[in-house]
Amino acid sequence: MASLARILRLAVCAWAFLIILAAAAPASAQNSVNPTASSVKEQQLLQQLDRIQGRVSIPDQRSSVLEQPAGRDWREFRNVTLHWIGGIAILGMLVLLVAFYLIFGSVKLESGRSGRTIVRFNAFERFVHWMTATCFIILAISGLNITFGRPLLLPLIGLETFSEWSQWAKYAHNYLSFPFTIGVVLIFLMWIAGNIPNKVDIDWMRRGGGLVGHDHPPAYRFNAGQKTIYWIVVIGGGLVAATGYQLMFPFYLSGVEGMQLTQMVHSVVAVLFVAAMLAHIYIGTIGMEGAFEAMGTGTVDVNWAEEHHSLWLKEQNARAGVNDGRPQPATTAAE
Amino acid sequence: MARMKFLCDADRCIECNACVTACKNEHEVPWGINRRRVVTLNDGKPGERSISMACMHCTDAPCAAVCPVNAFYTTADGVVLHSKDICIGCGYCFYACPFGAPQYPQLGNFGSRGKMDKCTFCAGGPEADGSKEEYEKYGANRLAEGKLPLCAEMCSTKSLLAGDGEIIAQIYKERVMKRGYGSGAWGWKTAYHETIES
Repeated sequence: MASLARILRLAVCAWAFLIILAAAAPASAQNSVNPTASSVKEQQLLQQLDRIQGRVSIPDQRSSVLEQPAGRDWREFRNVTLHWIGGIAILGMLVLLVAFYLIFGSVKLESGRSGRTIVRFNAFERFVHWMTATCFIILAISGLNITFGRPLLLPLIGLETFSEWSQWAKYAHNYLSFPFTIGVVLIFLMWIAGNIPNKVDIDWMRRGGGLVGHDHPPAYRFNAGQKTIYWIVVIGGGLVAATGYQLMFPFYLSGVEGMQLTQMVHSVVAVLFVAAMLAHIYIGTIGMEGAFEAMGTGTVDVNWAEEHHSLWLKEQNARAGVNDGRPQPATTAAE
Repeated sequence: MARMKFLCDADRCIECNACVTACKNEHEVPWGINRRRVVTLNDGKPGERSISMACMHCTDAPCAAVCPVNAFYTTADGVVLHSKDICIGCGYCFYACPFGAPQYPQLGNFGSRGKMDKCTFCAGGPEADGSKEEYEKYGANRLAEGKLPLCAEMCSTKSLLAGDGEIIAQIYKERVMKRGYGSGAWGWKTAYHETIES
């Protein structure tokens, strides 16, 4: 009997519990909170910051960026904008140079060769120039390969060969950046004295440097055009080196958004640099008679110096005149 | 053919990081590389959510578009894979990827990058399915064995879903309908240019 009473009591309790539950259920459904009402929302976060960043428990803290759709803009830059900038700058410069050469021809030595030469660049200067120049050409080709190789070269040589070539080009690009940077620093230091803009440059510029016609505006050791090249090398070289090292040492200085910006600066400066150097190569070789010798043998004809760097020649002659017949003691500098 | 996708139900993710561990173990991913990670947003504040993220195998994948050597390819299942033999480790896919998926082993001196590594949707690489070479370079090829990615398969709360995009979208929709809320399919709009209406 006792056990029957217990079962009955249990059944009643169970019933009562169920009835309470049933009564409470609609109420709790009505009061139910929506847990996502206060939660973080993807679109909202993206609108606020343009990217979503949180916390990760793995050691790689860079991976805490959950989403950065900004990569889309960078993709547009890399695949479209840069192709246009680079294409216009480099092809445009080539077209200009070819047109200039065809119309005006090279700048001739008007008074012919005197047969006497004067030292223009010593061995060290030429070594620094050619070290930087060699690195620059390899850096330019391997860099352009990253931007233009896939559409232009890859279809010609196939995926495997192109990958192999690009791998070596990447190594060359990374490692030759060091001698290139040293070269830019040395160029900055050894030629800074002759490259400070002065009044003579204004006149030189006004007369178009004498590139067209028979004009020969006076110039010291470096004319305004060479000064422009110098500052392009120093500033442009400095910029590509600084941005290049940031790309080479990922995440030392910034996150992914900084590296996108860095790549943009690096590539735009680089293609403009290449375009400027094409002009430099032109005027130093086929563009002007007697110019290449300056960096080749290191000496130029006195007549060439008279025509293109008259003030510099005067300076050199004055110095030589002072030294004439008077043996210079080796200790002069120390005195 | 199914279009493979990932979906992380942020309202279920408990940030246990088992997906991260399972991935590393399954593919013997080298030190320093995480093909998958769990990011916690608003950590410790109301509305905190955790999302497990890896390569989303995007439609019109940005990584493939910017790759200078064309190392990427998309399988018939919509999985974005790459060839480590072609990759030159330039880092461009990392700049373009919205989800930070590409990773690079640090090789030798400086910050020089090795061949890129990323989530393969457990689908290996261009080598023969299940071959030793494929395993060494890309890890296990579970898809070829008829299995889905391990991270999602072993997710204890079934927060992480992997598989045919339409099916996992349906599962998520039903969940949202049943429980009455859902914070959405994270990353879908960026990756697939669509989202799940719920």
